[in-house]
Amino acid sequence: MNIPSNIITLIAGIILTMISLWYGQNHGLMPVAASEEATQVDALFNLMVTIACGLFLIVQGTLIFCVLKFRRKKGDTTDGPPIEGNIPLEIVWTAIPTIIVFVLSIYSFEIYNNMGGLDPMASMASHHSPAQHHHHEPMLAMTGEQSQLSLGIGDSPDENSNSPVYVDVNGIQYAWIFNYTDSGIVSGELRVPVKHPVHLNLKAGDVIHAFWLPEFRLKQDAIPGKDTTLVFTPTRIGEYPIICAELCGAYHGGMKSRLYVLSESDYEKWLQENIMAQSAQEANTVAISTAEMSDAEYLAPYAQEMGVNQEIITQLRPIQ
Amino acid sequence: MTEAISTTKQRKWQDYFTFCTDHKVIGIQYLVSSFFFYFIGGIFAEIMRTELATPDPDVVSPELYNQLLTLHGTIMIFLWIVPAAAGFANYLIPLMVGAEDMAFPRLNALAFWINPPAGVLLLSSFFVGAPQSGWTSYPPLSLLSGKWGEEFWILSILLIGTSSILGAINFVTTILKMRIPEMDIHSMPLFCWAMLASSALALLSTPVLAAALVLLSFDLIVGTSFFNPAGGGDPIVYQHLFWFYSHPAVYIMILPFFGIISEVLPVHSRKPIFGYRAIAYSSLAISFLGLIVWAHHMFTSGTPGWLRMFFMATTMLIAVPTGIKIFSWCATLWGGKLNLNTSLLFGIGFVSSFLIGGLSGVMIASVPFDIHVHDTYFIVAHFHYVLFGGSVLGLYAGVYHWFPKMTGRMVNETLGKIHFAMSFIGLNITFLPMHELGLMGMNRRIALYDIEFQPLNLIATIGSYILAASTIPFIINVIWSLNKGKQAERNPWRALTLEWQTSSPPAIENFSETPVLWSGPYEYGIDSEPRDSDSIRDLLAEVASEG
Amino acid sequence: MSISTSTDITTSSVSAEHAHHGHPDHRLFGVVLFLIAEGMIFLGLFSAFLIYRSMLPVWPPEGTPELETLLPGINSIILISSSFVMHQGQAAIKKNDVAGLRLWFGLTALMGAIFLAGQLYEYFHLEFGLTTNLFASSFYVLTGFHGLHVTVGLLLILCVLWRAQRPNHYSSESHFGVEAAELYWHFVDVVWVILFILVYLL
Ligand code: HEM
Ligand SMILES: [Cu+2]
Ligand SMILES: [Cu+2]
Repeated sequence: MNIPSNIITLIAGIILTMISLWYGQNHGLMPVAASEEATQVDALFNLMVTIACGLFLIVQGTLIFCVLKFRRKKGDTTDGPPIEGNIPLEIVWTAIPTIIVFVLSIYSFEIYNNMGGLDPMASMASHHSPAQHHHHEPMLAMTGEQSQLSLGIGDSPDENSNSPVYVDVNGIQYAWIFNYTDSGIVSGELRVPVKHPVHLNLKAGDVIHAFWLPEFRLKQDAIPGKDTTLVFTPTRIGEYPIICAELCGAYHGGMKSRLYVLSESDYEKWLQENIMAQSAQEANTVAISTAEMSDAEYLAPYAQEMGVNQEIITQLRPIQ
Repeated sequence: MTEAISTTKQRKWQDYFTFCTDHKVIGIQYLVSSFFFYFIGGIFAEIMRTELATPDPDVVSPELYNQLLTLHGTIMIFLWIVPAAAGFANYLIPLMVGAEDMAFPRLNALAFWINPPAGVLLLSSFFVGAPQSGWTSYPPLSLLSGKWGEEFWILSILLIGTSSILGAINFVTTILKMRIPEMDIHSMPLFCWAMLASSALALLSTPVLAAALVLLSFDLIVGTSFFNPAGGGDPIVYQHLFWFYSHPAVYIMILPFFGIISEVLPVHSRKPIFGYRAIAYSSLAISFLGLIVWAHHMFTSGTPGWLRMFFMATTMLIAVPTGIKIFSWCATLWGGKLNLNTSLLFGIGFVSSFLIGGLSGVMIASVPFDIHVHDTYFIVAHFHYVLFGGSVLGLYAGVYHWFPKMTGRMVNETLGKIHFAMSFIGLNITFLPMHELGLMGMNRRIALYDIEFQPLNLIATIGSYILAASTIPFIINVIWSLNKGKQAERNPWRALTLEWQTSSPPAIENFSETPVLWSGPYEYGIDSEPRDSDSIRDLLAEVASEG
Repeated sequence: MSISTSTDITTSSVSAEHAHHGHPDHRLFGVVLFLIAEGMIFLGLFSAFLIYRSMLPVWPPEGTPELETLLPGINSIILISSSFVMHQGQAAIKKNDVAGLRLWFGLTALMGAIFLAGQLYEYFHLEFGLTTNLFASSFYVLTGFHGLHVTVGLLLILCVLWRAQRPNHYSSESHFGVEAAELYWHFVDVVWVILFILVYLL
């Protein structure tokens, strides 16, 4: 057996570590991070990429080395050395992965806790009783009946003093509908002020959908009959995609919306305009408020674009 | 127990179309029929990739896309990998343990013959509107998109599930009870260990899927509401039951190929397997842990935070036994005298690409990261590295390794190497870019996507065409070698496991005389003379006469 | 393994006997494996039931008519005792007593049939249907699926009885059919006990 000398091993080890460390920081695989928590997830990801890169190089390097170095000579029918194992070596390669996954678990736990994943309801409980009157009749028989299980990502424990924005999000085939519980605004896109916590209460009207914000590294299924939660605090002004990530039917791929993170003043402006528009409309159509708008009406403008015909839309049951 | 069908020494081709109870016939039946379904599943995949070459849904309608997607996944899992593994197990287990046949030959034939009708049933769902809700078939979507297509899907899976339970009963009994007496459990080939672990999983988890599908059927046909929130049911219960089977199912799909690799590597690198017991027990560890990780598929679903943390920890742990295997295989190669034929190339290709799937597996075990990539192309990349890079390459390694035993002919090495090169390159071109697609924001199971993702998708599509083309040299090779290939000797690889002690192909009753356990299965280099049972017998006679 | 040990073993009488006198019977082992798999189906159904039970604040959901426990209770006693009755059958055949086997197995079959009849009677007198609510659906699926197993077990017993008519079909040495049927029946019984506790008593 031809073991490379210690010096070569050492140099190879150093090079390998350097490559892994460099790649872990410079892989450029993630989209921008638009919240504090997203940055933390990226740090975790970078660590995992670093470790994976190291292991990748070790194993692939070994394989390539074996293929080049230990090829059978022509006509040689003898066997290789009868090595059946090496207990210390086996202990090492059992222990190292064990330590790695142990560290990764603890680190992931830490970050998950920072994201507010361990007790999502804690953050919701404080708010939702006063706003309850905004919640119209439960759309499905179960909503009220099922014991409330806290699901999703809640407030991060390090409190942010800015006032939160509460939005009810309703996923239906194939659109997201946002209902601002405090102002009554209903919209097909999500607008939030920067640096304010955003509390999303996710519902689904027909099948399971999943609310995904790639730039915030956040995703949570919207499950019919079970409310779920997502809380995040955007730190970066900009426009971001909102994507449905759970197969929900033929046009699942078209179920997209936008999230606009606005400066505080822009948000205020938008809020005022829309509240005004809303009340104007309410005045016009005395009995019907936007909140009672049916999915069908709501979806009409999207229908063309998504190739859904009017019939399907009118079959949707009203959600509010 | 074997019912001899013909008095001649070898099977006639007609036998392969009958309810024959010979495990070797059944093994070939499994392998050939599953390859046929692989072909169909592959065509569906190529249509999907063609559709995804451009962002718009222009080649097929989104409805058809989802039907193809559902059937592709279902076929590849239930009609290709699982039965192909059963094919190897059928062919090899009795030979490896020195038995005449399986423990229950008729049950065995029955288990096989359930499969073709199930496959036909599944495909015929196209006539009633094929299912569109993915191989996972989550309600309520699966309850809303076409009743009969969905029901056909359910029935077909129930049939295949029954088949794999019956198969597993046979494998476990044969491995545990029918070894020649001198073969104790620690001198049995690692493929048998792997099949033991995989069959245990099949026995314990497949029935739970059956329970889930029966309840889903009731919701679908009778109108109960087990999983339908509109009637008070809970779709999450389905997900738990489904993944309680389907996570173990991924190990049912990989463990047999772990076993094959543990056979292929030592023989062709002329070295004992490194760490026999570690590899054997890590299979058992994997199947035990495999039963308690299922909710890692539900990290963004209705899973409370503390449960997410529990399943994260157990999932991470699975990486340890998996890592032990990878390192042991590398150490087996190290310092050997590698005969780089097609079988070993596929074996090394397996280790190389399975590694990538394993590494991404550990990443997605981490909840904060999985929340980002769940249901995206990153996951698609992960499971194709383990299922294509792992199971399929492992399967080919096995085909090239045992082809001489099964057919009595050697394969053409040049065509084989072309096949390997195209598979390996094609696989990486197709699936590597998917990691980045997922991270950047492309979700899975979509027929239309944002224009910014087009370049990488185009690369993946091109890669998939290389993969499709790679099967051409393989098929030519098989047909050519069957007719014109060099006659194979009894033991062309000078291997030590028992299946090489009999003729190629083996006689109907497997061994003309009880095979002799000459050495452990992997004792290369200790006594480098290759032996077949005749020479061993001579030697034993000598020893006996001296004593 | 060295040469000497393998010669010792291969020339020993054990291996010669094994190779030339057919296989020992592994069928019962196969039946046990099968029953493990069957057990997992019930485990799946029971866990679903328990999840529903823990999920809903009131269980059974409000408005579900009370389940009568007297008849099912008597039914349970009949089914459970039938296991003991059946065991007498196996004890009989172990003493080569085919008449005893037929007597005890006949009695078991009768008790099984009574159980099934009682089950059907209960179905026809219940005030809820399959789709009434989650509890009702679970009730019918669980008891129905179990009833299906009782039916299969009954058929197995009848099969044994049919075969026992042939002279010398079962003997003290060879009575796999008897053992398999009995094992299956005990399994069905145990499942019923769990089911009864979950559905009727909890
Ligand atoms: C180191 C070992 C592995 C780990 C830690 C691991 C972990 C995971 C996790 C956490 C997921 C869920 C990701 C998500 O949906 O968000 C997943 C998905 C998946 N894995 Fe693995 N995995 C491993 C090995 C394997 C193997 C060996 C196979 C099969 C041969 C496999 C096949 C799959 C499949 C098919 C899916 C996707 C199922 C679907 O959603 O359709 N994985 N894996
Ligand atoms: Cu969707
Ligand atoms: Cu899994």
